[in-house]
Amino acid sequence: MSILPYLLCAFVFGCGLFGIVTSRNVIHMVVCVSVCQSATYILLLAIGYKNHGTAPVYADIPSSRVVTDPIVQSLTLTDIVVAVAVSAVLLAFALKAYEHHGSLDPAEMTGLKG
Amino acid sequence: MSRTARTALFLASAGGLGFLVVWALTGLPPFGHYPGPYGDIVTHVVQSQRHMANAVTAVVFDYRGFDTMGEELLLFAAASAAALLLRETRESQTSDIVDAVRSDASRGVGAAAVAVVFVLGLNVVAHGFITPGGGFQGGVVLAASFALVFLAVEYHAYHRLVPTSLAEPIEAFGAGAYVGLGLISFGFGLAFLQNFMELGVFGRLSSGGSAILVNWSSALAVAGGFLVLFGEYLKEDMAARYGRARVR
Repeated sequence: MSILPYLLCAFVFGCGLFGIVTSRNVIHMVVCVSVCQSATYILLLAIGYKNHGTAPVYADIPSSRVVTDPIVQSLTLTDIVVAVAVSAVLLAFALKAYEHHGSLDPAEMTGLKG
Repeated sequence: MSRTARTALFLASAGGLGFLVVWALTGLPPFGHYPGPYGDIVTHVVQSQRHMANAVTAVVFDYRGFDTMGEELLLFAAASAAALLLRETRESQTSDIVDAVRSDASRGVGAAAVAVVFVLGLNVVAHGFITPGGGFQGGVVLAASFALVFLAVEYHAYHRLVPTSLAEPIEAFGAGAYVGLGLISFGFGLAFLQNFMELGVFGRLSSGGSAILVNWSSALAVAGGFLVLFGEYLKEDMAARYGRARVR
């Protein structure tokens, strides 16, 4: 009967957002995006939790056991894998930006050159 | 805008956002009291309807298989995009770089770990419908076993074992097979990705119907995608360390 797990998710998201805004390095910024994504996993898993529930894997538990929601868990697991690939694309952009501007500081990446 | 002004603006708006978020969170059902009907329906029917023990994998590759196809194509697109962005600086393959691990102990233990991790990956994929695991997690473990070849032995050994010309077809075949399995269901007069095989005995490796094939195809797509990404970054790193001219 508490919203503490939800507040944890808001806190983690806020940390990531603060990092993105104040970042002086685009690689650091990509990590902050990952932190924001992690907050969404916490939210999904928190929503699907049931009191005294266990993992929804019936290999070694009776069918009558209380289990957590499998749908949010499946969303989380596919998201984790996709988020890694998205981070890879963002890091590739960071490499290109460094080649173009000679710096990783987003504040120095000014001016749209053709 | 100066850095201080930007941070001040962020903190002010974050305060407002924080207020709204907390207000919204207090309206959620209390933690531990999951309200939605869908998860409960799945956990009630998954054993009798699909003969699968792991409800999470059942949702990923069967009940929600169409959405997972979208996720998988997203992974495919992301791996392709990263490869496109990184590839333009180098045209062909690396040749004369020597980047061997010098410690015999690291080489020996690392090389032995390659086989162990590879089998673990196959195990995680194969048992996806029985115990926690499946194509997504197992695919990442499979890709990691090849990454170990680079970490423990040398760059050339990795490059000979998994050239880009091998990783890309693996990824493409996995993603294509996923879509193809959905189309085969059409051939049987069923809905997209609906099961068209025998469901098998509950708790056996062979149980789960055609979702098993979907599971393996996604394992190939994920492993291939990660190998493409890993290979591209590795070449980029070698080029940065040994000079662009030599990485050909």
